[in-house]
Amino acid sequence: MSSSAAPAHVHTDEHYLSMDLLRFTTAGSVDDGKSTLIGRLLYDSKAIFEDTLENLERVTEQRGEENLNLALLTDGLRAEREQGITIDVAYRYFATPRRKFIIADTPGHIQYTRNMVTGASTANLAIILIDARKGVIEQTCRHSFIASLLGIPHVVVAVNKMDLVDFSEARFNEIVAQYSEFASRLSIPDIKFIPISALHGDNVVEKSARTPWYQGGALLYTLETVYIGSDLNHVDPRFSVQTVIRPNNDAHHDFRGFAGRVAGGVFKPGDEIVSLPSGLPAVIKSLHGPEGELAEAFAPMSVVMTLDREIDSSRGDLFAKAHNQPAVTQDVEAMVCWFSPAKLNPAGKYILRHATRETKCAVKAVRYKVDINTLRKQTDDVAIGMNDIGRVFLRTAVPLMTDPYKRNRTTGSFILIDEFTNATVGAGMILWLEPAERSAAGQFADMGGL
Amino acid sequence: MSSYNLTHLAQLEHEAIFVLREVAAQFERPALLFSGGKDSIVMARLAQKAFAPARIPFPLVHVDTGHNFAETIEYRDWFAAEIGARLVVRLVEDSIKAGRCQEEKGLNPSRNGLQTVTLLDTIEEFKFDACLGGARRDEEKARAKERFFSHRDEFGQWDPKNQRPELWNLFNGRKNQGEHFRVFPLSNWTEMDVWQYIARENLRIPSIYFSHSRRVVNRNGVLLAESPYITLLEGECYEERIVRYRTVGDSTCTGAVESPAATLGEVIQEVASARVTERGTRADDKRSESAMEDRKKAGYF
Repeated sequence: MSSSAAPAHVHTDEHYLSMDLLRFTTAGSVDDGKSTLIGRLLYDSKAIFEDTLENLERVTEQRGEENLNLALLTDGLRAEREQGITIDVAYRYFATPRRKFIIADTPGHIQYTRNMVTGASTANLAIILIDARKGVIEQTCRHSFIASLLGIPHVVVAVNKMDLVDFSEARFNEIVAQYSEFASRLSIPDIKFIPISALHGDNVVEKSARTPWYQGGALLYTLETVYIGSDLNHVDPRFSVQTVIRPNNDAHHDFRGFAGRVAGGVFKPGDEIVSLPSGLPAVIKSLHGPEGELAEAFAPMSVVMTLDREIDSSRGDLFAKAHNQPAVTQDVEAMVCWFSPAKLNPAGKYILRHATRETKCAVKAVRYKVDINTLRKQTDDVAIGMNDIGRVFLRTAVPLMTDPYKRNRTTGSFILIDEFTNATVGAGMILWLEPAERSAAGQFADMGGL
Repeated sequence: MSSYNLTHLAQLEHEAIFVLREVAAQFERPALLFSGGKDSIVMARLAQKAFAPARIPFPLVHVDTGHNFAETIEYRDWFAAEIGARLVVRLVEDSIKAGRCQEEKGLNPSRNGLQTVTLLDTIEEFKFDACLGGARRDEEKARAKERFFSHRDEFGQWDPKNQRPELWNLFNGRKNQGEHFRVFPLSNWTEMDVWQYIARENLRIPSIYFSHSRRVVNRNGVLLAESPYITLLEGECYEERIVRYRTVGDSTCTGAVESPAATLGEVIQEVASARVTERGTRADDKRSESAMEDRKKAGYF
């Protein structure tokens, strides 16, 4: 074990136990320095260990490559290393004194949409890389659209390779203007722009002296300080029952607890809830978390609720409050990303998993397909194939308790499963429909609002 | 007004409990793979919390190579009794006797790979449809590609190029007859998180995680403990060292690290300043660049 100085921050328990968590995803096209950037973040935060680095050096040498190939850090599978491509999302972890980070590193080429959508589904933030020489290109638009569609609240646009444009403020501003113009058609609440050079480290961990005109913080500082306290919904009370806990032992003879994860809002003992879809009311008697009884529970806590009366409720039901309920519906209007080589069958039946409920559903209509490079709606070609995104109308066999995805990422999302192969073939985000649209079965909803 | 924030460790805890409950809800016969190592101890603790005040609704299962550290086996038996769990132990020795697999030959024979045979036989014997494992994505690069719900075909094999995308908290545990799942509730935990959780929960762990004196032999930079299963090569000899273990596996392939860390606090300090990965002491991973991937494809943990 080396005697090098310990990063003084991590080992005081008190400090460690007060850090929060940021999940982010990185998007960039081939050769825009994404691996270099991740490598630098990991290396400078001491998340790459000596043996990993030595191994990397050895493998790079064996492959006859000159520069340390940081992509090999994330390309964990043999096929990936052989072909020099990333096949699948890889997860990476690092910490600074302020925060722990989970990176969903998604590959730039193959099955791009599928992987970025997967990584984006749980992310608080997306870093979108732009090559300063190329500016906003088709892929930038695609990445940003996916970030917007998946409801990532924060986007950091990292304008990379600034060293190759002489750290030009004018060039940076040009790209900011280009991007902002395009992004006005999307729905991303928080966008920040940072001029960086991942290769040389400018504005990655430390602020660079070569961009005196740039007033903002370095990338790492931004990741450490971006406010994520309001990313989750703490307004609409939602709790999907996962399982019912009945100990059936002498000490807890009558205990009947509803276990699940809070998906939104706040629950307290004494609150009156309604169990949906039945609509039966009850009052919360007690709340139990991993560290004992709780005075309140909020997203994303896993808790057990006991109620003041026996109600018929089980897995798949949802607790809300009388004055604030989700839609209870068998009709679902949604944007769907398709993952399967077999196209979406426009008259097909699939298994749909939403919150803790699983049901069959039938595709009733494919409204349009999105050209993700131009954001145009295509109504003449609505064949939804692998990596396509389109808007569909589904009818489920049993009612679902849904919110628009924009309002709640948990009660607004679902996956589609092939009945025969059991593969996960699609991911859906439920749309917000205006009342007028709802009656017209929504042909006009603007997906830019998603 | 209160602030609705959770610390990262609390977030990981709530996430793992959610996953454990999904397993209980989606599968008929789950099992928790329990080795007595720190990760499986944390996982078992989380399972206790997930189903409290009821008992953990599935058995603990250990595949014993017969070459494990005595301290870990003692701990395993104590722990299962302590929490009132059913413990299923199956021996690699029995698989060898039954002709299901053969002892490795060569300089560094290990039963590590043979565990796969016994594990798959155990899954078959009890018809387990989901096995909970304590593996973490930060441990190893093939594991960084794992899902929470990892599908295994009827031969117990992992197909890393064809995994189901996993979005939000929606876990697809559907399968055909004979297939099963491996589920990893600690996927997003790091080594540091595990130690901090052990400290926070004041969990008892096997003594070999703390500094002690032990006779070891240095083989290719891995300090292997003296045992009847290791043959010394020419020029090798045992020497007394002050060591502890960072990970605990089969004694023939798990190396010790020289360390004075005798308390949980000292171990945490050491982990914080460590410059080599936890599995750097695992001779089983050093066999080739894709040693873990190959074993996992065949059905390993």
